[in-house]
Amino acid sequence: MTRAAETAPEPQVVLSARGLGKDFSGFTAVNNVNLDIHHARIHALIGPNGAGKTTVFNLLTKFLPPTRGRITLLGTDITAMKPDAVARMGLVRSFQISAVFPHLTVLENLRVALQRPAGLATQFWRPLSSLRRLDGRADELIEGLGLTPWRDIRAADLSYGRKRVLEIATTLALDPKVLLLDEPMAGMGHEDVHTVAEIIRDVARDRAVLMVEHNLSVVADICHRVTVLQRGEILAEGDYATVAADPRVRTAYMGSEA
Amino acid sequence: MARTSELPPATEPAPSAAPVMSRTLQLALLLGAAVLLIAAPFVMYPVFIMKILCFALFAAAFNLLLGYTGLLSFGHAAFFGGAAYFTAHAAKVWGWSPELALLVGVAGGAALGLLMGAIAIRRQGIYFAMVTLALSQMFFFACLQMPFTHGEDGIQSVPRGRLFGVLDLNDMTTMYFFVLAVFVIGLLIIWRFVNSPFGMILKAIRENEARATSLGYATAQYKLGAFVMSATLAGLAGGLKALVMQFATLTDVAWQMSGEVVLMTLIGGIGTMVGPLVGAGIVVGLQNQLATSAFPVTIITGLVFMVCVMLFRRGLIGEFAHSRFGRALGLRPPG
Amino acid sequence: MIFGIPLQAFLGQLLVGLINGSFYALLSLGLAVIFGLLRVINFAHGAQYMLGAFVAFLALKFLGVPYWGALVVAPLVVGAVGALIERTLLSRLYDLDHLYGMLFTFGLALAIEGSFRWYFGASGQPYATPKALTGVFNLGFMVLPIYRAWVIVASLVVCLAVWALIEKTRLGATLRAATENPSLVQSFGINVPMLLTLTYALGAGLAALAGVLAAPIYQVSPLMGSNIIIVVFAVVVVGGMGSIMGAIVTGYLLGIAEGLTKVFYPEASNIVIFVIMAIVLILRPAGLFGKEG
Repeated sequence: MTRAAETAPEPQVVLSARGLGKDFSGFTAVNNVNLDIHHARIHALIGPNGAGKTTVFNLLTKFLPPTRGRITLLGTDITAMKPDAVARMGLVRSFQISAVFPHLTVLENLRVALQRPAGLATQFWRPLSSLRRLDGRADELIEGLGLTPWRDIRAADLSYGRKRVLEIATTLALDPKVLLLDEPMAGMGHEDVHTVAEIIRDVARDRAVLMVEHNLSVVADICHRVTVLQRGEILAEGDYATVAADPRVRTAYMGSEA
Repeated sequence: MARTSELPPATEPAPSAAPVMSRTLQLALLLGAAVLLIAAPFVMYPVFIMKILCFALFAAAFNLLLGYTGLLSFGHAAFFGGAAYFTAHAAKVWGWSPELALLVGVAGGAALGLLMGAIAIRRQGIYFAMVTLALSQMFFFACLQMPFTHGEDGIQSVPRGRLFGVLDLNDMTTMYFFVLAVFVIGLLIIWRFVNSPFGMILKAIRENEARATSLGYATAQYKLGAFVMSATLAGLAGGLKALVMQFATLTDVAWQMSGEVVLMTLIGGIGTMVGPLVGAGIVVGLQNQLATSAFPVTIITGLVFMVCVMLFRRGLIGEFAHSRFGRALGLRPPG
Repeated sequence: MIFGIPLQAFLGQLLVGLINGSFYALLSLGLAVIFGLLRVINFAHGAQYMLGAFVAFLALKFLGVPYWGALVVAPLVVGAVGALIERTLLSRLYDLDHLYGMLFTFGLALAIEGSFRWYFGASGQPYATPKALTGVFNLGFMVLPIYRAWVIVASLVVCLAVWALIEKTRLGATLRAATENPSLVQSFGINVPMLLTLTYALGAGLAALAGVLAAPIYQVSPLMGSNIIIVVFAVVVVGGMGSIMGAIVTGYLLGIAEGLTKVFYPEASNIVIFVIMAIVLILRPAGLFGKEG
């Protein structure tokens, strides 16, 4: 994967952070983080537990207000914006714990994602059947991610791996410019990991992906660029081979084999 | 791209026969209820049934917020009682016809809802309940002091007038069917609201608010929308009550009234369509029974509250839908 | 004269404000202690305050227990009743949505108040000020009833003692740790359910203590609790329940604000605390002492 990245010119930066920092009542969780996320590239954020990866995610998506620094999305400064507004601009995230609407069916989950872009979210006087015109696009996504047999099953009744796939499907329904995936493979069986990795590679063809991931073989396999966090600061950055060869990274990861 | 389609679904879907049976059953129940409501004023004291209808609408409006949005308001008396004052004032002092007076109450409920909701929505969960309670208590004190409410006396002998200037509502049967019509319209609005694109987003927010935010929904504004709708319909119920009972007093804006509507919804079943109606019937009936005895209703109310919370959190209707019998009938338990 | 108000009236209302503030502080402190660990809004707090006053009243009438004895007995009795209710009923609701705890204690409050109203009627019963505390201090610029001075001092001491207990002692550290991570504390061999019961008893006892202190000032009435509890909720929203000291300080501040409103704009004195609450919510939704986010 990295070979292709080296020969092609660096694509456009869509999301960038400069000097990003977050303090929690005196304790610094994230400090001086600079990141550039490129179009059509998969960027991994790795690091030992407690390194601040999820906090960085929450800062980038505005679920947490940063103490310091600036965030730019598609040329617009989003540092002071609200999380839903950022999502409407095309920066959509997933969560560590699978984020689906458990009592809604797979189809309904996708409808909810599609309602707002289609301007069908605030009508309180129209019947539910007015949502049927979203079904075409919803079924496309359901089929594209292999969820067709479970279309009318409640999300709560799906297997863990399939919930993650559904979550990616609802995220894709927004046609985001930047996708932030928080440990998309966590807790998955071997088969599912492979499936999801393929899906991510697929969706990254025309959008930027930033993912937190512990499974380093997946990172090695599909990610173009890797940033290593340690104690809230960037320890190293580069393609997987460079980062893996870095002695500081090896020290930080003592015991966990790449 | 059938990547994972060879795996069977994790759980079997519910047998598909159930919804059909449920549809027939629902129709039968609806028909039965319609017959009962049309016959009721000829068998029972009409004012009593009209009072139940007002409170049933109030509880259904409250449940729109608690059951379908997950917000517990402890201040709904402000909308109910406030609207009662507004309607009573418009009918008595301004001499407006009943339908316009009712609209004044509805508009007042909506305005109060927007004002209180915009402040309360800034806090979540338990704080939300406390803030709504405090704000409605503030409104109570305001009502105590404002001249138009006539303080402790309230607004008495509110005229019912002529509907659209034609139908004399002093005729008990005419009044009853007017109240019944308003009640049914109110319920239809709630039904539509819950089963609408907007209602779908509310459901999603209740299930997973962070995910709804990450899908680009400004969740606070959706909640505020539900709050205002609930307040508006509570206002409709309060205004109607002022015309039925022909008075508006401090009782309707007091915090005990907010507690009562919580109880009605809890007894009947939070998040069910029928539950609040049943709950309202039980609570109003109980108050009616105890009205002549010295035994205070609050003791019973308090005990029923405790028992419901400890043992029947789904409420009568919710427990029934969950029971083997309810399932066999194909009733869908509340999500 | 201050802003055209006679100094006497001004100081008089300031004193009333301080007295009310003492009760707000004691009650919101108890609510904060209970909420901190149990995550329950104790709606029955007003009823427990009323119970405290009634225990004092009944103990004097039937058993001849004097005021000083009541100061000890009432919190113990009400605390014990609280512990019993927490152990048998309330504790079953912890795994559910926190709103159920609030609804349960709301029902409890209604049942207790309804019963007392049924038995004693809605009107208040007088409770004599203890002999040692009757009379006044003449400060030259104003007359200060000794009992009122005692209430202010006593509530301040109790508030600070509870604050010190929770912020400065080992027991308090355990309590705070249990708030953060109950299963971890449990694994250290600490009996967390017992801790929860004791905390609820402490909160209920504090409310009862406030009730005894209030008995000679206000009349002992079944309605005294529900009148004050909603105001205390507003106090708690303004202060934010994250901090014990925040609850105490906000209680006194809002009591004083209410007293001063009685001087300058009496019509608004009933609602001033709610107005302040609304303003705080608009400007600083987390409350004055609440944590951001």
